[in-house]
Amino acid sequence: MSNTPQQQAGEPAEQNQIDSYRRKLLGGGAAIAGAAALGPGVFFTSVARAKPADQAVSSEVRWGFLIDANKCADNCDKCVTACNDEHNLTGFGRPETDAQWIRAVTLRDRKTGHTTKLPMMCQHCAHPPCVDVCPTGASFKRADGIVLVDKHICIGCRYCMMACPYKARSFVHETITNQQEYSPRGKGTVESCTLCVHRVDKGEIPACAEACPEKAILFGNLNDPGSDISQRMATEASTEVRGDLRLDLGVRYQGI
Amino acid sequence: MKPTTFREIDGTSKGYYVLLGLLGLILAAGLGSAYYMEHNGHWVTGMNNQIVWGMPHVFAVFLIVAASGALNVASISSVFGKTSYKPLAPLSGLLAIALLIGGLMVLVLDLGRPDRLIVAMTYYNFKSIFAWNMILYNGFLAIVIIYLWTMMQRKMNKYSKVAGFFAFIWRLALTIGTGSIFGFIVARQYYDAAIMAPMFVVMSFSFGLAFMLIVLLATYQWTGREIGSHIVSRLQRLQGLFVAAVLLFVVIFHLTNLYATQHHGVENFILAGDNIYSGLFWVGYLLLGTVFPLIICYAPAFRASIGWTAAAAVMVIAGGLSQMYMIIIGGQAYPMDLFPGKDVSSSFYDGVVASYAPSAPEVALGLGGTAVTFIAVMIAIKVLRFLPLSLANSQTDPHYSAEER
Ligand code: SF4
Ligand code: SF4
Repeated sequence: MSNTPQQQAGEPAEQNQIDSYRRKLLGGGAAIAGAAALGPGVFFTSVARAKPADQAVSSEVRWGFLIDANKCADNCDKCVTACNDEHNLTGFGRPETDAQWIRAVTLRDRKTGHTTKLPMMCQHCAHPPCVDVCPTGASFKRADGIVLVDKHICIGCRYCMMACPYKARSFVHETITNQQEYSPRGKGTVESCTLCVHRVDKGEIPACAEACPEKAILFGNLNDPGSDISQRMATEASTEVRGDLRLDLGVRYQGI
Repeated sequence: MKPTTFREIDGTSKGYYVLLGLLGLILAAGLGSAYYMEHNGHWVTGMNNQIVWGMPHVFAVFLIVAASGALNVASISSVFGKTSYKPLAPLSGLLAIALLIGGLMVLVLDLGRPDRLIVAMTYYNFKSIFAWNMILYNGFLAIVIIYLWTMMQRKMNKYSKVAGFFAFIWRLALTIGTGSIFGFIVARQYYDAAIMAPMFVVMSFSFGLAFMLIVLLATYQWTGREIGSHIVSRLQRLQGLFVAAVLLFVVIFHLTNLYATQHHGVENFILAGDNIYSGLFWVGYLLLGTVFPLIICYAPAFRASIGWTAAAAVMVIAGGLSQMYMIIIGGQAYPMDLFPGKDVSSSFYDGVVASYAPSAPEVALGLGGTAVTFIAVMIAIKVLRFLPLSLANSQTDPHYSAEER
């Protein structure tokens, strides 16, 4: 808990500052050289620092969420609906087999009776058990920390579902029609929250974070000490779910 | 001891064809079920997003574990030089291969995308125990085939000890690998235990020998070949020993779990819960699969009885399947403890015991794999010389002398 994300990633703070200085310099150069050609969303200064389409994903960024359970309103499921709409996760009216990438979880303290509500999704672990166990390498982690499933090489063994400590994954139990082209899905493969990579790569924020009326879900770059998310984490208490597993999660919670 | 003569079985009787036909029907039902499940998607099975591994995995893991154990008799004869078992070594190798093929068939046909088997064979993530297992399984098949060749081809006989030793090491690795599939799952309370791997090794001894006994006794009974009291009572006591060894591991496993407060919930659930898993543990595993076979294997009244020994073997298999169901399904049914000290609820079944009812196609697929095993054995012993003409005491007992009879 006392570790800041960049310390966990093993980079000393000064190093990071130098890097960020260098980035600004390069960013400035690029801006002068061809801002028009590169189009919007490429400046390295935005909160959700975007990745130009022609640039490889970089480990300079680590995307993550800071979720404030205190802000999460009762009876609200706007993040869940937004995710379902974004990825076309239309169910078949069979809750046991329908996919859920994000779910609202209610906690009730057994001793005090105090209740809390929070959204739960793939925690985008830095050491993801799902990736470790996947026999084909279909489950993988991008350099920017986003954990994804390559639907073309997933054989549907479900070992990743056995191994994920957060129940974050769903198996596609039936034939799927009209899926979104940016979010491919397929019967017989496993899927989970993609952190809306298709949006993030364009410099936008994930659909759930955007939809939350209470701003309970903050998205940002955990590796940038200047980002809102890092600043908040540095000054306010937050915690990982099942931190005992030491998976170094991309998602942290407040108020639990 | 007289030298052993190996002979194919006749395999022309009506009984042989009826049995083969029956097994063929079961296999057809299994294949049909697999197609039905793939075609419609897995929602037609009892499996869901909470219980992701179901009945097919119970059968598959059981058969795979038994496969390595079936090789035991051969190992004992080649590696540990126990001559009594030597005449049985080829059958032991054959059964090991047949069980592995049956188990793998079930595993592969249950995949979400069995059509991508080639992907599984060409893309390897070497950090995955599963990927390692695929190498272990394929290697096992190759090594046991070579081992059989050294046993059955006279001029290769001199290599059979080396091959047997290698196969023995490999089979240990294979079961440890299979056990580790569960042992390495830190996420789930019931699995996260290193003892799973050695426990699977002793389970393999027991299940493998049980299959061996059933095949052996049935074949000798039905073909009218002689099988003597010496080998029967030896195998019988060996079975008893293995059953006792599994019991020991099970006791240690549960005692360690009961010691840690954090595991009380799941132990309670498995051992004393108002659910099928507790029943499977006490009645299926303990009474049927352990206590009864132990009595049959050790009580003098049943000594060397072919019928009772076969019955004990069937019970060991029934108990083993119960145990496997309890481990695989029970371990998933118990809710994961994401927020210790809190009651949890959600639309995704957080905090509640997951429900699972095996569907007919799943069971059919599992039985289909088992049928493959027996079909393979039946055909192999008809075309190749796997079985000794006689297993009379004169063939198996190194201290045999005519007067004793
Ligand atoms: S939360 Fe689960 S699915 Fe997501 S990265 Fe971690 S182990 Fe994988
Ligand atoms: S289901 Fe797919 S992603 Fe999951 S472990 Fe198997 S192959 Fe990998």
